[in-house]
Amino acid sequence: MALPEVKQTATEARLANLVMPDAGCTRAAREDALARVLEMGLPGRRDEYWKYTRPDTLVAPEAPRAALFDPDEAMLFADLDRLKIVFVDGVFSPEESDDLTLEGVTIDRIEDICFKDIHWAKELYGVLEARGQSPVQRPLAALNTAFAADGIAIHVSGKPSKPISFIYRHASETSDAMLHHIIRVESGAEVTILENGPAASRFNKCMEIDIADGGVLHHVRAQGRDHERRAATHMFTRLGQESVYKSFTLTVNGVLTRNEQVVELTGDDAVAHVAGACVGDGDFHHDDTVFITHDAVNCESRQVFKKVLRNGATGVFQGKILVKEGAQKTDGYQISQSLLLDDDSQFLAKPELEIYADDVACSHGSTSGAIDETALFYLRSRGIPTKEATNMLTLAFLAEAVDEIEDDALSKAIVDRLEGWLSRHS
Amino acid sequence: MAALDQTQVKEGVDQETVDAVREVGTYKYGWETDIEMEYAPKGVNPDIVRLISEKNEEPEWMTEWRLAAFERWTQMDEPNWAMVSYPKIDFQDQYYYARPKSMEEKPKSLDEVDPKLLATYEKLGIPLKEQMILAGVEGAEDAPAEGRKVAVDAVFDSVSVGTTFQEELKKAGVIFCSISEAIKEHPELVKKYLGSVVPVSDNFYATLNSAVFSDGSFVYIPPGVRCPMELSTYFRINAENTGQFERTLIIADKGSYVSYLEGCTAPQRDTAQLHAAVVEIIIEEDAEVKYSTVQNWFPGDENGKGGIYNFVTKRADCRGDRSKVMWTQVETGSAVTWKYPSCILRGEESQGEFYSIAIANNYQQADTGTKMVHLGKNTKSRIVSKGISAGKAQNTYRGLVSMHPKAKNSRNYTQCDSLLIGDKCGAHTVPYIEVKNNSSRVEHEATTSKVDDDQLFYCRQRGMDEEEAVALVVNGFCKDVLQALPMEFAMEAQQLVAISLEGSVG
Repeated sequence: MALPEVKQTATEARLANLVMPDAGCTRAAREDALARVLEMGLPGRRDEYWKYTRPDTLVAPEAPRAALFDPDEAMLFADLDRLKIVFVDGVFSPEESDDLTLEGVTIDRIEDICFKDIHWAKELYGVLEARGQSPVQRPLAALNTAFAADGIAIHVSGKPSKPISFIYRHASETSDAMLHHIIRVESGAEVTILENGPAASRFNKCMEIDIADGGVLHHVRAQGRDHERRAATHMFTRLGQESVYKSFTLTVNGVLTRNEQVVELTGDDAVAHVAGACVGDGDFHHDDTVFITHDAVNCESRQVFKKVLRNGATGVFQGKILVKEGAQKTDGYQISQSLLLDDDSQFLAKPELEIYADDVACSHGSTSGAIDETALFYLRSRGIPTKEATNMLTLAFLAEAVDEIEDDALSKAIVDRLEGWLSRHS
Repeated sequence: MAALDQTQVKEGVDQETVDAVREVGTYKYGWETDIEMEYAPKGVNPDIVRLISEKNEEPEWMTEWRLAAFERWTQMDEPNWAMVSYPKIDFQDQYYYARPKSMEEKPKSLDEVDPKLLATYEKLGIPLKEQMILAGVEGAEDAPAEGRKVAVDAVFDSVSVGTTFQEELKKAGVIFCSISEAIKEHPELVKKYLGSVVPVSDNFYATLNSAVFSDGSFVYIPPGVRCPMELSTYFRINAENTGQFERTLIIADKGSYVSYLEGCTAPQRDTAQLHAAVVEIIIEEDAEVKYSTVQNWFPGDENGKGGIYNFVTKRADCRGDRSKVMWTQVETGSAVTWKYPSCILRGEESQGEFYSIAIANNYQQADTGTKMVHLGKNTKSRIVSKGISAGKAQNTYRGLVSMHPKAKNSRNYTQCDSLLIGDKCGAHTVPYIEVKNNSSRVEHEATTSKVDDDQLFYCRQRGMDEEEAVALVVNGFCKDVLQALPMEFAMEAQQLVAISLEGSVG
């Protein structure tokens, strides 16, 4: 079917100034992805999946300008022993990055592996993204697959001694970056992936994660700092039997963030937890869009999303649990909550269930409201000043999401960051 | 009902039980009345719209209103966002107007109505005599004498056959008549309120309805009046290839109260039939309206053949402060249901409630839910939805709760539970939640589960067969909603819940 004219024009305008990289073995995947973009068109305001978030600035031919923000605060995870992979405005920086050798993993740049014909990479690049296009279209991810100029391929065969940490630096006020990472976790292997930094003025990131039977992947991400940045990220994860995927995202600041998580449980007894905490003040729009598909027996999925909003900030949550026919004994849980600290902020949610198997226990809950006056009064009557009491209650509200991080050092780093933000913003 | 063939029957179940279940499990209202009908030509166009208007002896402004609606309709597309699928409807291959020949001369009183029509309603358990209770409702005779009177407006295909208790209602100041009559007798009220809650171009089906609606009920409760009896409309589709498009308009003036019941059935046919209704309710200050529906249109046979396509727009506008509306629905029929009774909570401290049981068996598809639009301060809403899927059916709850910036201190509570019986059916939940102020609290909870084995085992142990046990457990699951129904309906609904699920276990 032909695209509506507005969409056709917008899509053509965006594609006009993009060049497909010379990509060796990913060429075919990139061309397929471009065909998908042309067929779907880029997101428009009238798309149901973009009901609560306006995609205009994510789709526009030029990235809107975003000022750099230089806080005195140290970068997150700074004192943690980790393997650093640094990108500046979406370009890999070998000087700032660590040596990419680490026992148990093989790390390469996508552009290097393209000409090495590495089997697993060929079978992963663009593959999970393509699978994730149905039943809901994600054109920005296809755009990324086609045009991402840089990215990292990580092959995990053992249990590396330290986390692999992506650091995204933002250096130019007009940078428009697209990164595409692929990660394959082999059977029985285990890895922790960290991500932080504002990345670029506009950042489109796609990560495809394939976890084989019994593999484990922990993911902790922090998005923030630069107030004016925009980001659209996609994480596509496929889980094999008895594998585990646990992801947590902290978002502070940013005029526009759209994080999509597409998780497919394809092996029996797999576990997927996706959590997020976001705190927004003022001109802040944050959208968590999650789609979890249960296609195997006895799997567990858990979504925990908490949003604290003030001064006109907007929080969006679109979450879906799809239980396919035959995916019996599914345990699906989803909670999305917002704490509105004033009358100007808003929370928009669409928590969905779509279930085709009968022996399942699926539930979702969604709440929105102000801070509990009784709790506040209790704390104040014990001599705690209002500001401090409010912060305590806010942190307590966010705790359920932060608790999803298993590693104590990582969760402490996140809590410190939240405390810092609260003290600056209340 | 469900394909209860031998292969599905479990060991130890004797043939007698199987036959008994098959017997009871069939759609009770699937027969048709053999009566001479008069049809408008097939299809819809401005001439048909004019013809319907003419048949109803409508004034010029009404005809214009309809034609404008038709004009809009031709520019609209059929919505496709609901989780239902059905073959494309040919809107030109339908009759838009059908009335019994005997209704050509409008009968002056019920005594003059064609006995065949009266017998039809008698058989449906809705006798059009001014009697105290609805016949055919088991247990109703044990109920206390007061409050059992029910005034009935009976709609047969495109026309209203008669309305009972009109005199007694008149004494109380209540107007209860068919909408065609109201257009003639009370044009000022109709003009003022028709289309004020569901605008002409609201949606594809509502617009079609605005153009071609043939009849329906009209209710006006004057200020301060508590309607002395329950009002009821019974819709019957009889003619083949005929769509029913009824329009209901209820106005509850300041401080009034009315409880309104709606029932519907249709004959069993192989081809699907269209039903697109619009219900508008206006509730002024301190008034309260209770609207209860037991929807039992023919659901199609166990292979998904035939059945009614039910596309309904129902909306209540709580205009006055402290006004209140309560929607209760039991949806067991229809091959396809597309229905979202909604509440616009405009008045301060107004309240909206929605209680729903939707049961889908065999190949039925139901996409139903509600919208609660909070505009006024201190408004409250509550949604309790219970969806039950069996056989190969799909059941979707779709709803919206919207707290506007000015709706300070408002409150919503939503509970949607789905129950799955069998592994070939589906249950879905699609809520939209929009909160735009922080003094309001919104809570949404949804669960999906199967019939609890322990509960079934407990019932079976006490000698119930599996079907009975499931019916009991399901009735328990629906209890919150059943309790909200008026007495007559509650009993009927309880039986319906059991019957609709028959054949789904095994």
